[in-house]
Amino acid sequence: MNLLHRRHLLLGALALPAFVQAQDAPLQVVASFSLLADMVAQVGGPAVQVHALVGPDADAHAFTPAPADAQRLAKAGLIVVNGLGFEGWIDRLVKASGSKAPVLVASSGITLRRVAGHTDPHAWQSLVAAQRYVENIRAALVAALGTTRPAQAAAIDARAKAYTAQLAALDTRVRARLAAIPPAQRRIVTSHDAFGYLADAWGLEMRAAQGWTSAGEPSAADVARLIRQLKAQQARALFVENISDPRLVERIAREAGASVGGTLYSDALSPPGTRADSYLKLMTHNADTLLAALAPAPALAPAAAPTAAPTADNSRR
Amino acid sequence: MTVYDALVQPFVEFGFMRRALVACLALGLSCGPVGTLLVLRRMSLAGDAMAHALLPGAAVAFLLVGLSLPAMSLGAFIAALAVAALAGGVARFTAQREDASLAGFYLIALAAGVMLISLRGNSVDLMRVLFGSILAVDDAALLLVAGVASASLLVLALVWRPLLVECFDPNFLRAVGGRGALHHQLFLVLLVANLVAGFQALGTLMAVGLLMLPAIAARCWAHGVGRLSVVAFGIATACGWGGLLLSYHFGLPSGPAIVLLAGGVYLVSLAVGPRDSLRARFITAHRHRTA
Repeated sequence: MNLLHRRHLLLGALALPAFVQAQDAPLQVVASFSLLADMVAQVGGPAVQVHALVGPDADAHAFTPAPADAQRLAKAGLIVVNGLGFEGWIDRLVKASGSKAPVLVASSGITLRRVAGHTDPHAWQSLVAAQRYVENIRAALVAALGTTRPAQAAAIDARAKAYTAQLAALDTRVRARLAAIPPAQRRIVTSHDAFGYLADAWGLEMRAAQGWTSAGEPSAADVARLIRQLKAQQARALFVENISDPRLVERIAREAGASVGGTLYSDALSPPGTRADSYLKLMTHNADTLLAALAPAPALAPAAAPTAAPTADNSRR
Repeated sequence: MTVYDALVQPFVEFGFMRRALVACLALGLSCGPVGTLLVLRRMSLAGDAMAHALLPGAAVAFLLVGLSLPAMSLGAFIAALAVAALAGGVARFTAQREDASLAGFYLIALAAGVMLISLRGNSVDLMRVLFGSILAVDDAALLLVAGVASASLLVLALVWRPLLVECFDPNFLRAVGGRGALHHQLFLVLLVANLVAGFQALGTLMAVGLLMLPAIAARCWAHGVGRLSVVAFGIATACGWGGLLLSYHFGLPSGPAIVLLAGGVYLVSLAVGPRDSLRARFITAHRHRTA
């Protein structure tokens, strides 16, 4: 580190002062929402400083930018977005901010999932797709740091490799436990259809209580259809996630005789210090909650013990 | 589709439809007379102002406790009463008119509420407070709505006569020793309580719709405060029932469907009602001339 620093000082004598300053400070990265920001922080480590435009527990569909957000974008060295139409507001915001930073679409290269003519943007809910996200972020960070800091680039490569291994390990563990549940019993309904990638990746049958986005009030027809569907398909559990009206989901579950399975996190991390404050913890929590709702209780107990995450906790909110 | 399938079957099959209907019925029971009195007292817009004044109280409770029915109701109740008391106080102690100061205070309350929710929550929370969801009415909300409706009817029965006298002839009430100001305050408390109950079911904006539209429409059909109240109750209940069916059969959001139906009833009443309507003004007048 010391050596690196001295070399920058040497460079500084020759180059423009502003350039030197940019080289010394951590790379400023702006990510569109909290999950991406966590991934960037995991991969970048001390070499980057990340800000999320849409913070924990906030809804990216209903985001209204503040002037400070445009300022952060203007100063950023790299902008990371999910793409696939998830952040409808980002292009205008980047343009308005006058930012010259490269924009990384973290989801590029994943296998897309289409729903009713639209591309489903919630690809991070698949741990396989998330590994692609990590690789994209790693490449963009290394490119943004440039060739002048090989030590930092190497550290980022190592962090990305370790992080990818963690994601893959969680994926393998969940698949192994899901294999014990017959496919006909993997039926789940959530209040927000953000879990299509998760369902596809893990072979679950997921239905949504509300329409395509969390905006708009559901009609009596929607609710009635869902109750009929829950009864007809004998769905095992109904899940409330962190940004829709939980009262409605509980109403539907009670009427259809299903259980309310707990909280699944979709588009946002929980606030720092709580149980889903990083992407890995979020996915671990979602997996544990799903497994707890699907698996017969006695079979789960020994398997769930090592993860130590609280599951199926209905008391929150 | 038979008539039974269209009008009754959804309520037989689904508990959430029955709950929503019962909530509308209870709201209509107390909103009928309260809305009628608001119209008579020339306070039609005060209901709207008070509904907005609920917002900061509900917002503070929401931020402190989360989505809790008792906390949000209590907070909303206190905030709206505070706005009413401040507006009344300013009107009493200064030359400001009460409607002007009410407008001032409710706008402050509204902006403060939106600010609070935006600072800590997100706009989905705001939508929930503003628009509510009649389909998500749970036991606690139903009890609150029914309790407020029952209490409102009891209180109205006790102070009905002084309230009416104060509407039409406040000087007479004062002359016979009635306390007009006290009854006015009591009426404001009733109004706020009904709005709080309605806001749990329909949201702050839609609650005013079910309070005012049936009461205004009733004026085209009936005469006399008692009959007006009954007609307003009938219209409110019918709109709750019809709006829920529209929402069920055509996939429309339920809150706006109910209030728009009430708005439609008002417009039709205005056109063809036997009293104070366009028909009464033009067609009946014409007939008089030819006779």
